[in-house]
Formats: sequence, structure tokens, C-alpha cells
Amino acid sequence: MKLPDSDDTTGAVAPAVAAQGRAGILRRLLRNPVAVTCLVLLALISLASLFAPLLTSQDPARSSLTDSLAPMSGKHPLGGDGVGRDVLARLLYGGRTSLLGALLAVAVAVVIGVPAGLVAGYYRKWFDAVSSWVSNLLMAVPAIIVLLVVMSAVGQNTYLAMAVFGVLMSPGVFRLIRASVISVREELYVDAARVSGLTDARIIRRHILPVVQAPTIIQAAQMLGLGIVIQSGLEFLGLGSATQASWGSMLNDAFGNIYTKPELMVWPGLALAVTVAAFGLLGNALRDALDGTAVTGRKPSRGATTRKPGAEKKAPPVISEAQDTDDALLVLEGLTVSYPTAQGEKTVVDGVCLTVRRGEVLGLVGESGSGKSQTAFAILGLLPREAQVATTRLEFDGTELGRLGRAAMNRYRGHRIAYVPQEPMSNLDPSFRIGAQLVEPVRRHLGLSAAEARTKTLGLLERVGISDPERVFRAYPHQISGGMAQRVLIAGAVSCEPDLLIADEPTTALDVTVQAEVLDLMRSLQSERNMGVILVTHDFGVVADLCDRVTVMQTGAVVESAPVDQLFADPQHPYTRMLLASTLEDAEPRSALSLSRTVSASAAGAVGIAGTTDPAGVTNSAGITNTGRQEGPA
Amino acid sequence: MIVFLVRRVVAGLVLVLVIATTTFALMGLTGSDPVRQIVGQTATQQQVTAKSAELGLDQPFVVRYGHWLADAVHGNLGSSWFSGESVTSSLENKLPVTLSIVLAALLVSAVLSTVLGVAAAVRRGALDQVVQLLAVLGFAVPSFLVALVFAVVIGVDLGWLPATGYVPLADSAGGWLRSITLPALSLSVGAIAATAQQVRGSMVDVLRADYVRTLRSRGISERSLLFRHALRNAAPAALTVLALQFIGLVGGAVVVEKVFGLNGIGSQATSAGSQGDTPVVMGVVVVMVALVVVVNILMDLAYGWLNPKVRVG
Repeated sequence: MKLPDSDDTTGAVAPAVAAQGRAGILRRLLRNPVAVTCLVLLALISLASLFAPLLTSQDPARSSLTDSLAPMSGKHPLGGDGVGRDVLARLLYGGRTSLLGALLAVAVAVVIGVPAGLVAGYYRKWFDAVSSWVSNLLMAVPAIIVLLVVMSAVGQNTYLAMAVFGVLMSPGVFRLIRASVISVREELYVDAARVSGLTDARIIRRHILPVVQAPTIIQAAQMLGLGIVIQSGLEFLGLGSATQASWGSMLNDAFGNIYTKPELMVWPGLALAVTVAAFGLLGNALRDALDGTAVTGRKPSRGATTRKPGAEKKAPPVISEAQDTDDALLVLEGLTVSYPTAQGEKTVVDGVCLTVRRGEVLGLVGESGSGKSQTAFAILGLLPREAQVATTRLEFDGTELGRLGRAAMNRYRGHRIAYVPQEPMSNLDPSFRIGAQLVEPVRRHLGLSAAEARTKTLGLLERVGISDPERVFRAYPHQISGGMAQRVLIAGAVSCEPDLLIADEPTTALDVTVQAEVLDLMRSLQSERNMGVILVTHDFGVVADLCDRVTVMQTGAVVESAPVDQLFADPQHPYTRMLLASTLEDAEPRSALSLSRTVSASAAGAVGIAGTTDPAGVTNSAGITNTGRQEGPA
Repeated sequence: MIVFLVRRVVAGLVLVLVIATTTFALMGLTGSDPVRQIVGQTATQQQVTAKSAELGLDQPFVVRYGHWLADAVHGNLGSSWFSGESVTSSLENKLPVTLSIVLAALLVSAVLSTVLGVAAAVRRGALDQVVQLLAVLGFAVPSFLVALVFAVVIGVDLGWLPATGYVPLADSAGGWLRSITLPALSLSVGAIAATAQQVRGSMVDVLRADYVRTLRSRGISERSLLFRHALRNAAPAALTVLALQFIGLVGGAVVVEKVFGLNGIGSQATSAGSQGDTPVVMGVVVVMVALVVVVNILMDLAYGWLNPKVRVG
């Protein structure tokens, strides 16, 4: 359930970029209105400063006292500054200084940073150590202080200052290139190239340069903005070439006249902000264009089925017992889960119904992507926020959960309905001691004091077979093994004596020997506490071991539900038979069965099981649809 | 942890030393002639030679540097070539001004970027857009431009807060707070933008983590989930960005002090730099780099405290 991360702000490397054509990237960039606006603005600003002599006849450096603080007029379209120089001319010529200075700084940064990063990342060893040290050193010094020193030592020269600023920015380029190279270096195709005897120079040119190109261009765009900012800061302080018009020196002049004519700030300030923002936004847009996954790959697509309007009518599931809900602990009817995607709505769970009785173990079986985990999370209200969830009935111990608010639901979660996850190591909060994580819900739900909760938790840890509970209580998650972490998670799940335990493939991520122990533990806890259990699994061995009843899911819908003996002895649905057969052959089912559910309709009809429920029918007759609150990952 | 701390302190000292040496070399080896500036254009060659000897400039570079370093280790940073004032005591007078605005800006950045970043990550939608917009603006509008706008609009036009001057904390706490509010705010805009963006990004990642879902399944309160668990896990990455931003804050102080007419280390750096007053420049550089080093070590400690893998492992 790990979603692809598209919110990365650190300029991560996407090796796939190298494979994409440059033309494709450019096309994507030009489809982005922000990028186009930025490009147009930057082109206009560059052209205006390039053709400054054509746009104004005024000399930006010529001052005339009579025009001091002159208002806008034909002669001075934007007025005159404090010493009577033409504001428009200074704005246009000032653009040259800013853009050229920034270009110079970026060129220096790239010329130093790229080769150093390539060598350090590719060859490592002493050069890497030394250059990394120098780069850390440069990054720790405030740039403007260094520039002040350089200017006072060498003289007031804007371009020299910008060249030095380029040196100060080179660690940023260096670090980016170095990190990219190190990550590509480990790729198989680079290894293969090395083994096949390509020279280092060739490998760098053919395989590494294309990968670092994109992040460098993105960073260059942002460094251009930075260069303009720092340069104007220096000029604002009165440093830099005195005769050269620049936006920073215009702001300096405006500052001198801040009480008499503060509006002098507006034009250079605007030019500065617009140019820098355009560079920054262009950098972001470039990243989006290169990171194609940002647009399409956001939604979970695992096992999703696209709902086609007017699709073939679904076959009713094979339900091999009366849906007697009198002693039911949990009744779920008509659960539908879908996700909005660019291609329309993807339905991953479609009209699922299931029942768990008190003290009963229900196996929820199906291959990857059949929607069984989605069903489990939907009951807990833990699906991602973008999931669209509807149920006609979600009743736990007589209470309709679908209509509960967050606070009310939190009184059930962890207290009466508990959850055991699949992957133990990623399900413990890495920043908190295990004891603290276990104590918090116990105190909240059972109202115990800190000491009581601690005693109870230590007892639980011992109960789940941890030989040294005191040590584990104090440990951080990274200090214990996966098998132990799963025991901790089981202890956490049963800590408040829940009536229903939902376990999502609780043994899949464990070693075979540990699997058996964890299953034993779950069985003994279940019978000791008479818990109802929903055991999500794809393993019929586990089902045979633990379950009383089995519900089989395929592509988001229930296809068969029967007591475990009956299901094993006489599977009714072809999909169930296929799953069982593949288990017997000791191979896990790999891909979705090509047999559609329509084909199986005849089989189901032939058997003619009593109590068959058409999910669609339920939806209609019940007439209500609960849209449950989901609080999973955003 | 102790080893880690010692290593960081040593690395910091090395940094200060390297920067001091480079600065001294730059100031000493380049062509400009400060003695001529001090005694004036009309002075005789004899006067120049005498002044040169008085300042010790007739000695070889290495000897001069050795003297400076020996004195500096004992807390004596020499005296200004122009005013003759002791650099150490003038820095002592000016440091509180700079420290006030820089540390206030750091505090404001930390608090506001956390609030904005968490809110954007949790609420998404319109608020998220606002934070993204702020990130672009914070990048595009340099701190001195923000300072100019604040000074004109809030300081002069509205008159809500003083546009110039500094009130020492010892004189009046309220006055001090009022005098540093605008400088600190304008200084922090860029840092807030960058750090809020990082807080948002890490919070979004953490909120997607498996353990957050498992914590939710335990029925703990949303407040504990967000502020105890998720924020704690998102904090280290944000702290790294904030530490980098602090370097920018120190640099930004130089410009912001000028706008608000604050007589701090930054404005001293500007004037001494343009005069070529080597002892003052050296003093300012050493103090500023040391400030960056100290704050970075404190941030490293906070990072280690937040991240058990660093602390325990």
C-alpha cells in the first residue's frame, strides 16, 4: 500500500529520465501553462534588456539634477530617480547586469560542480572525501559575508562577485551530481557496461551523463534565481560596479528616497520578484515534466478493475450457508471501494458481503489484488482518504459503524476491533520505544494508570512469547527482529481484549519457522479470548490450520463462501478450485484468472444454493448507502 | 553521542580557522592600500611608513597572521585601523542586536513553518495551495525587499511598529520586542517558505506510512497521532532544512540591518568591508561563522534527540 511519492521536493534522481526522449519532456513542459508563462516572461525580460538601446534613448548613467525624482512623463516614462537618472533606462539596462551576472554564477557553479561531482561519485576514494569536505565547508559560510570580504579585498566588481558566488553555489551542484552518480553506479546496466570492458570515460558519457543532465538543468534554473537575488542584495548594500545600472542599485536609490518617493521601489522590486519567481517556477515545472509519474502514477492501481458502464451482469456468489445474522459479530453488506483516477473511477471492491460470528475465524482468501486487504481496511475505516467507500450495512455488535464520526470510531478501533498488519517492521513507529507505543492505547481505552498499563503491557509481551519483556519494552523498533516485531504487534492488537481481530496476512513477511509460531500464537489467543477473527491470506495452508469458514474473493467480489471443511471437500466455484489446485501443486497463483465470472454463473446457478444474496439487490432493497469515514493515508 | 559531539565541535573549530585564514590572506595579499586610506591622500611617505609600522603591516604576512591568531585565541581581536576602537568590545556591543533578530527569525521560522507545513499536509486543498504559493514567493522575494515593503507599509504608512532603531532588551522588553519584530519577520520569510515546504513534504510521507495506519487502528486520538507521532517522525528532515536556512538568515541580517537602521554586526561588516578595515572584518567573519557553527551543533543535537537510530545505534 505504499503509494508512489510525487511530493518529493529534494530533486531526486529518476534514472528513467534517461530513457525518455528529450522531445517528450519538452512537449510535456509546453503543455504546462505555468511553464509556458514563465518561459514567455523570461524571454520578454531577456529581450527587453538585450535590446535596451532600441527601447529607450536615455542613458542609464546620465544624471541631471533637474530630473531628480521626476514624475512620469514623455521624456521619462517611469520618472526619474534620486539623482535624476531615467528609471526605465536603468530598469532595462539593469536587467542585463542581473541576467548576465546570474548566468556567470551558474556557469561557474556548473563548471566546478559537475566534473567534481562526476569524479567524486564515480571513483569515490580520496577525491570524494576531500571534495565532500570542501563542499561542506563552503556551504557553512554565509555567502554574503564571503562576497563582502572578496569585494573589499579585490575591488568593487559585480561580475567578479558573481563568479565567486558561483564557486559558493558549486557545492549544491556537486552534491546533486555526486548523489545521482552514486545511485546510477549501482545499477545493473552500468555494471554490465563495466564488465563488458567499456572505458570509464565511455561509461560516464553514455550512461551517467544522460542521467545527471535533468537534475542539473532543474537546479540551474533555481540557481539563476538565487544569483539574481544575491547580486541585488550586494548592490543594495552599495557594493558592486558603481557605474553599472542594476536592479539592486535602483533599490538602493529607492531606499535613500524612501520617505519622499517610496514608489521608486516598485519597478525594480517587481522586475526582481517576477524574474526570480519565473526561474523558480520553471525549475519546478521542469521537474514535473521529467517526473512523469507525478501526473499518472498517484493512485493505487494494484488489482484495480475499471468499471465499465453496462458491463456484463455479475454472477451471484456461491454462499454455502444461510446468512443468519442473529449471532453475528460483524455484518458487512454491499461494500464498494473505488478510487478516482485520470481514466475514470477504478473499482477495487465491488459489492462484498461477509459475516463473522462471535469466536469464529473467517478466512478471507484470494490472490493479490482481489480486494481482500481493501475490504479489511474498509471495515476499520483506514483506507486512503481518496478512496470512495460505500456500504449498505456495516454492523458491529449491533452498531452501524458506517455512520460513526472519527471520535466515536476511535472508541471501537483498538478497543473492540483490532488490527494486525502484514509487514511487522514498517508498522511500528520508529521514533518511540515499543513500550510507549503499547501503553498509549491501553491507557486511553481502558483508563489505566501509567503503572498499571506498564504491568499489563509487560504481561502481554510475555504472553506473546517474548522471553525478555523488560528489554523489549524499552527497545526501539530498529533494535528487534521481524518475528519479535510481529509478536509485539499482535500484543498491541489484543491489548484491549477486542471482540474482533482483523489480521492482514500476518505471517507473509516472516521466516517459515517463525510463521508457524506466530500462527500458533494467534490460534491460542483466539481460543483463549473467544475472539472473532478475519484472517486475510492467500495461503490455503493457513486457512486449513486456523479458519472455521472461508470467503473467497476474486477481482473485488466474493465468489464463494463456505465452512472450511465443505470448501476443501467440495469447492463450488471454478476460481476456488483453481486456487486450491494451485496450492496443492505448491505454487502460488500468479495472475488473475482469465475465466470471467460470467462463465461461472452457470455453475453457481446449477448448484442453486439457498440464501444467495445479490449484492445489487441488497443495495436496492435496503435503500441506504453509508459513506464511511476513511482516515487512511492522505 | 559524546564522540559525535566532540567531532562536531572539532569540525566547527576547523571551519572557523579555515575561513579566518582565507579571509586574512584575501585581505592581506590583495593590492588595495588601506594605510593610504587611513592617513589620507595628502600624507607624506614618511607618515605612511610610520602608520604601516604602527599597524604592523611592515611585517611579513605569516608573522602578522601568527600574531592575530595568538591574540584571537586569547579573546583579543585587535582594534580597528580607522577608529582605533577595540574590535572585541565593539562586537560585544553589536552582537546582541544581530543575535536578537537572527534568533527571533529562527524561532519564528521554526514555529510558522511547522504550523503551515502540518496544516498543508493534513488539510490539503486550498491551504496547501497557499503554502505552495508562499514557497515560490519566499524564494523569489529577497529578504531586503520584504524588509523595504514592511518598513514602508507597516513602519511608515501604518506606523504600527518602529521602522528604524533598536531598543536593548535591558532597557525595555516591550520596546525590544517591537524593535525586532519587523526585521525578524522580513528575515524569516524565505526560511519559512523553504522549511514549511519540507515540513509539508515529510508530513505527507509520514502520514502515508504503515505505522501511522496501525496507530490509527489502535484508536489513539488524532491529536496524538499528528503531533506526537507524525510530527516527531517528520521533524528530522525539517530540522536539516532549517539548519541550512539559518546560514542564509545570518547572511540576510547584513542587508536587513541596513534597511531598519540597526547597528549590528551586519552593518559593521558592510562598513568595515568597504573601508578595508582588516581587524574588524576578521572579527565579524569569525563571530558570524562561529554563530553558524554553534547553531548547527545545537540543531545536530536536536536531530540526534529526535532520531533514536542516531541516539541509540
